[in-house]
Amino acid sequence: MKKELIELRVNGRKHELAIEPSELLLDVLRQELDFTGSKRGCDDSSCGACTVLVDGVPTLSCTMLAMSCASDEQDGPDITTVEGIADHGALAAIQKAYGDWGGAQCGFCTPGFMVTVKALLDRNPEPSEEEIRHALSGNLCRCTGYTQMYQAIKAAIEAEQANR
Amino acid sequence: MSEFSVIGKRVALVDSAGKTTGQGKYTDDLSVPGMLTGKILHSPYPHARIKKIDTSKAEAVDGVVCVVTGPDAPNKYGILPVGHDETALAVEKVRYVGDNVACVVAESESIAERALELIEVEYEQLPAWFDPEDSMKAEKDWIHPQRPNNIEKDYHHVFGDPGKGFAEADVVMEHRYIAGEVTHAAMEPHCTLASFEIDSQTGQPGRLTVWSSTQVPYYLQHKLSIVLELPMQQIRVIKPLVGGGFGGKSEVIPLEIIAAVAARKAKAPVKITYTREEVFWAHRGRPRTIIDMKIGAKKDGHLTAVAAKVIQDGGAYCSYGVVTILYSGALLGALYDIPNIKYDGYRVLTNKPACGAMRGHGTVNVRFAFESQLDEIAAKLDIDPAEIRRINLLKPPCITVNNLRVQSYGLPECIDKVISRSGWHERRSKLPPARGMGMACSHYVSGAANSIIRSDMPHSTVNIKIDRDGGVVVYTGASDIGQGSDTMVAQIVAEVLGIGLGRIRVIAADTDLTPIDIGSYSSRVTFMNGNASLRAGQDVRKKIAAAAAVKMNCAPEDVMMRDDRVWKRGTAEPATNGAHAEQMLEKIDAPRGSVREVSGRVEGQTLRGSLQQKRKDEGPKDSMSFEEAVVSAIDFTGALTGTGSYAPPKDARGGAFKGAGVGPSPAYSYSAQVAEVTVDEETGEVKVHKVWAAHDCGRALNPVSVEGQVIGSVWMGLGQAMQEEMVWKDGLLMNPGMLEYKSPSATESPEVECIIVESVDPEGPFGAKEASEGSLAATIPAIANAIYDAVGVRLREAPFTPERVLAAIKAKHSEKKALDITRGDDPVTPTTFREHGGSLWFKGKGPQRHADDPSRRA
Repeated sequence: MKKELIELRVNGRKHELAIEPSELLLDVLRQELDFTGSKRGCDDSSCGACTVLVDGVPTLSCTMLAMSCASDEQDGPDITTVEGIADHGALAAIQKAYGDWGGAQCGFCTPGFMVTVKALLDRNPEPSEEEIRHALSGNLCRCTGYTQMYQAIKAAIEAEQANR
Repeated sequence: MSEFSVIGKRVALVDSAGKTTGQGKYTDDLSVPGMLTGKILHSPYPHARIKKIDTSKAEAVDGVVCVVTGPDAPNKYGILPVGHDETALAVEKVRYVGDNVACVVAESESIAERALELIEVEYEQLPAWFDPEDSMKAEKDWIHPQRPNNIEKDYHHVFGDPGKGFAEADVVMEHRYIAGEVTHAAMEPHCTLASFEIDSQTGQPGRLTVWSSTQVPYYLQHKLSIVLELPMQQIRVIKPLVGGGFGGKSEVIPLEIIAAVAARKAKAPVKITYTREEVFWAHRGRPRTIIDMKIGAKKDGHLTAVAAKVIQDGGAYCSYGVVTILYSGALLGALYDIPNIKYDGYRVLTNKPACGAMRGHGTVNVRFAFESQLDEIAAKLDIDPAEIRRINLLKPPCITVNNLRVQSYGLPECIDKVISRSGWHERRSKLPPARGMGMACSHYVSGAANSIIRSDMPHSTVNIKIDRDGGVVVYTGASDIGQGSDTMVAQIVAEVLGIGLGRIRVIAADTDLTPIDIGSYSSRVTFMNGNASLRAGQDVRKKIAAAAAVKMNCAPEDVMMRDDRVWKRGTAEPATNGAHAEQMLEKIDAPRGSVREVSGRVEGQTLRGSLQQKRKDEGPKDSMSFEEAVVSAIDFTGALTGTGSYAPPKDARGGAFKGAGVGPSPAYSYSAQVAEVTVDEETGEVKVHKVWAAHDCGRALNPVSVEGQVIGSVWMGLGQAMQEEMVWKDGLLMNPGMLEYKSPSATESPEVECIIVESVDPEGPFGAKEASEGSLAATIPAIANAIYDAVGVRLREAPFTPERVLAAIKAKHSEKKALDITRGDDPVTPTTFREHGGSLWFKGKGPQRHADDPSRRA
């Protein structure tokens, strides 16, 4: 398939690249731009390991064409991967908390969770336990049983509030 | 001040920042220049002879570099020396739907996929075996000709006098239990990258480097050597971050060998990554197990004898099968005091993907049967379920009837704690209708006392290097697969040397750099690699202390080391150290690279500047910094290195009978659990409200990790108890995806409360034992027992799906005496069920198969 030149806006920077129109956003992020934080854990959009934010909305990058995020006359959507979550070169509160509270074991699903939790806390800074569970339900983890993630999220919320 | 300065503290995993930022690299995140992609062609038939493979059309596709087939690497291998029955790609026969037939190496994944469709394979179908009990009766068309009747291995063990034991019993119970087949489904699909480098002397391809998602890099090196006929010293295996294993990466998986063979043929680096469906075919999970369990007990609750006949549906290759079937029998012992044991185990081959080792290896399904039946005996004798377990406790230190040595034994405390935390006595009798609580216990080895390949070699060795900058580099062969072994090693060395974690860098699981460690399986790493780390730390500490003793004019045993300070015993411990250590602990949460640079630079400047000046003409002093002590030791002995290794003691290695090698361990972990459930009697749906799990891990080196491992084990047990099951139809897996396999999500996962019990093992590193597997087995029977407590029905087949629960409830209401769902006694509707896997497909009336469905027979 013939390649086309497109521009993607990822983690606040513009990237110009030549891709086949059939390429998935996940593959372009991982293989062309070397943002390998987003993972492929399944083939049927069931695991959530590839979650990125597209204009702030958690989106499975394994089922989205990279072309659909390209800029045309107007800028394309803002894509945020896990690499764009760190806070000025240091861990963001949620990243720190996931480390401290054991929210990440093998870490393969963690980038997806980081992005999902960021989106949750951006739109709802004080979610209830029910809301947290609901928000996380699209991301699968095989290590933690999720319990320590809830502790981490609570700790991150407290840390954010203490900083404010 | 607490006894320890580093261990026992809640610390973040040393590699956690790499995981939360996405900077950490897993195998599939790696690439090397000129790298090609490999894609594997899988068998559409469960059992067939390959008559012809024509790859010419595939090879002609633009962008295809080569196609690899069985004859390119026909040497057999397997994880067990007795089970070398696999080849990289099928040589003569395919043995399951998904077996590996050929591999296309191409410039891109899409080209490789297109080429796969152009490979022409001519098969001659053979009769296939799907049910282990049928398979055992096979007279011909055996899956492996060297395994008559498709029996991979059978064992018949008798300990004590079971006949006498049953004769003495006041009550004897006998039932059949069945546990469905489950798989690890680690989040990271397997991936391997293989690359040869050209030898400078010969100008020909020489050394091979393999990056792979493996729990056992040294076994991979060994098996690659067998298949490629390359000396082990020419093979370097590197384990990057691994996205979960649970046993699914604890042996050599076909793609690891195929990638290397493909790289050799393609003369270029090759990466192969499994799709999720391929992960299910690679499998090596927990076999469907049929357990005929018989327990005898006195009126007072004392057990007199246990007899178990276990049949495991092992799939098409041996894998770990011989070990699995032995574990099922061996770990009938070492939990309770059982005077007489009879065990008959059959590991049977069937035309399905190979089963292997999965978390709680071999013990889980038998424990489900045992703990369920113990509950039935307790009910019959009108003894509280907790009490009957207390009555049958071991009295350690002791040797069990089947030659297992038990030393530390935290089970009594686990039972006490779980009872008080769950409110067992207060709440259980007052629960609303259809709500119940159940209890069960389990245990697991802290590593096998005998390695797979029998030798006197230590099971773990660890090296330490310390240079003038005061940085400590630990070289360990332990494979961190997310359980936190790198952190465990760092904590132990830091504790021994009296330094902060920020000073330590762990280099792990690289066969060129790190000393041999047999791998991350059977929960051996904390106990064995931890002990090796402890000894390596002590080795290097001795050298530092000797030099510091000269400086401080005291005996080496009077040199104290803690919180990055070194001082003379009896003098005041230098102040501000505690604060310094706290800072170090805080710093380790930041990304690893920057921390080391920060601390190294600051301390390095101190060294080069005022410190060296001060050293010149100083007299004896009472204290010094860790750097000063290190520099004085290097001045004294040259390069500062230490090494330590661990081999299990002889008296922990078990008996002399055939099969005695599996089961013995230097130490056992213990778990007691209570589950609380509600059963919807209309729909059969079971809701688990909460599980309380008390786990004896000896000592919690890092409580965050211990809790994570215990909760994760319980959660995985919940999955097996409630919803996870591989469903087969004529050898075709019906649910090869995370969604269809029903891996529980956040909304389906109840709260799990972990209670840590520390029995301080006499031989564990600082008393530590395993924490990652022992808790899984108790969860399934705890839930079964809770369902019984709630609605009075006994579930003898896992998982406890609404269909099975409802069938049991209906059977109870129609006052049928027994219900055996797999035997077709379900009074509700179907009369005959399929005997294998998802037993709810009944014969002849399963879903209509598509015309192209490969399992459809003419």
